[in-house]
Amino acid sequence: MNQAALKVENLTIAYHKKPVVEDVSFEVPEGNLIGIIGPNGAGKSTLIKGILELIPKISGHITIKGSTYKSMRKSIGYVPQRESVDWDFPTNALDVVMMGRYGHLGWLRRPGKSERQKGMECLEKVGMAEYANRQISQLSGGQQQRIFLARALAQEADIYFMDEPFVGVDAATEKAIIQLLMELKEKGKTVLVVHHDLSTVKEYFDWTMLLNKKVMKIGPTEEVFIPEYLQATYGGRLAILSDTKSGLLLK
Amino acid sequence: MNIMDIITDPNTRWILLGTMFLGLSSGVIGSFAYLRKQSLLGDTLAHAALPGICVAFMLTGVKSTSYFLIGAALAGLVAVFLISVLTRYSKIKQDAALGIVLSSFFGFGIVMLTQIQQSEYGNQSGLDTFLFGQTASMVMSDVYMMMTVSFILIFTCTVFFKEFKLLSFDPGFAKGMGLPVVFLDYFIMMLIVAAVVIGIQAVGVVLMASLLITPAVSARYWTERLHIMVILSGIFGMMSGVSGTLISTSVNDLPTGPLIVLSATVWFFFSMLFAPKRGVLSSIWRRVSTKKKYSLEQDRRKGSHSS
Repeated sequence: MNQAALKVENLTIAYHKKPVVEDVSFEVPEGNLIGIIGPNGAGKSTLIKGILELIPKISGHITIKGSTYKSMRKSIGYVPQRESVDWDFPTNALDVVMMGRYGHLGWLRRPGKSERQKGMECLEKVGMAEYANRQISQLSGGQQQRIFLARALAQEADIYFMDEPFVGVDAATEKAIIQLLMELKEKGKTVLVVHHDLSTVKEYFDWTMLLNKKVMKIGPTEEVFIPEYLQATYGGRLAILSDTKSGLLLK
Repeated sequence: MNIMDIITDPNTRWILLGTMFLGLSSGVIGSFAYLRKQSLLGDTLAHAALPGICVAFMLTGVKSTSYFLIGAALAGLVAVFLISVLTRYSKIKQDAALGIVLSSFFGFGIVMLTQIQQSEYGNQSGLDTFLFGQTASMVMSDVYMMMTVSFILIFTCTVFFKEFKLLSFDPGFAKGMGLPVVFLDYFIMMLIVAAVVIGIQAVGVVLMASLLITPAVSARYWTERLHIMVILSGIFGMMSGVSGTLISTSVNDLPTGPLIVLSATVWFFFSMLFAPKRGVLSSIWRRVSTKKKYSLEQDRRKGSHSS
């Protein structure tokens, strides 16, 4: 853990002049499962998209394992929000998973047998092998999420960014996904997950980032996920917490 | 004239060949435009081509497809640039921005067209046929141009199929992977402009969008695989071109361009009704048979209860 898997310095991103993410700097050690937590509009998705250069940043510098983001692109995996695409696209599950190999293929080369094989392996890992030839709109929300996850696995990355992978999935899928993320972590991969459900933070993540426009706190979950810091991150909205399951968790 | 006469007539044969290639190429590139939800963009690019062509004609004084291509491409770029400025810096949504740009460019084009008509070039310029197209004005070099452009179009779509597919399905993921998404965006747009320009002479700027959209929508009904959809869309476009041309030659004085468009529409209705799985009739059939099955089961259950 001598070198940071991801280092972000002074990252600022703005929509229409209003900064959504302001002067964010942090470092993430290798081989951790990191939850990004914060209230609505805190800039969680924006932060991820900014790091991945999907949206323009105003300032900031990103290094992955000591190298620039551009040179490390092939070792980055991405799971976008499920609603970000139209699932009524003429393609099947295996095909979508194989898209994860396109970056390694480069221009001009077409996906062939080995990509197909890799795709099937990844489908198997997420328990979707039997749906390989299913048209993607005929999959349930949880299954679609698994397909996106399988596609990210096919990228064979070292660091993964996942934008709310647990939204709209049932308990079984959530369990399957977290299982997979833990396996990735054990293999030394780094996984950053935008997460909503405070009640599962302690159970899922070794590291937690509290975000509200700025990084309020980042570090091992047991040090960061405490009422004091949560209060600071969520402001008045924390009141809701005290009478939910997560509230109990905090005590 | 009967069909045999038409096909053996060399002039018609050329026109047939031209409209065939036009339908093929607009069907292929139209598939991507449709899947990227840019159908209206195709319409805007087609309408925006008119002022571009007029300016190209005014500057050069000759009716040359390659100059027109440049003019239309530049006008298309300006139109696209205006749309992105409008949507980025004001609260106008994309559909409204497209509407504004489409109509203002077209209006501007008509003004220039009238100007050209009244100038010394007079009606000889023949630019007025660009509104609704006139296959009779097509010459052999036009057909060669159509063939060249459609070969380039189809070749490009084959070579970059994987990139175009990813870009159409999930541009965010494509960008994260390092694909030059903005460049590819403009690249596809230029391919659409190319299809529009070769279509202007046969179908005209007003109706060109339908050749981009309708075959693609029809093809989507029949398949769940992208490459099959693209091929089918090309075939639908081609058949529309051929049938439109044949009908217009066999029935005197019917305009070819609109007939090509109407042929495409007929294919669309046919697909919408009769396509397996996605078609209207098949979904009605499915609903009815499910209902029947369910009520039969209910009856059986009741029957077994009472016995």
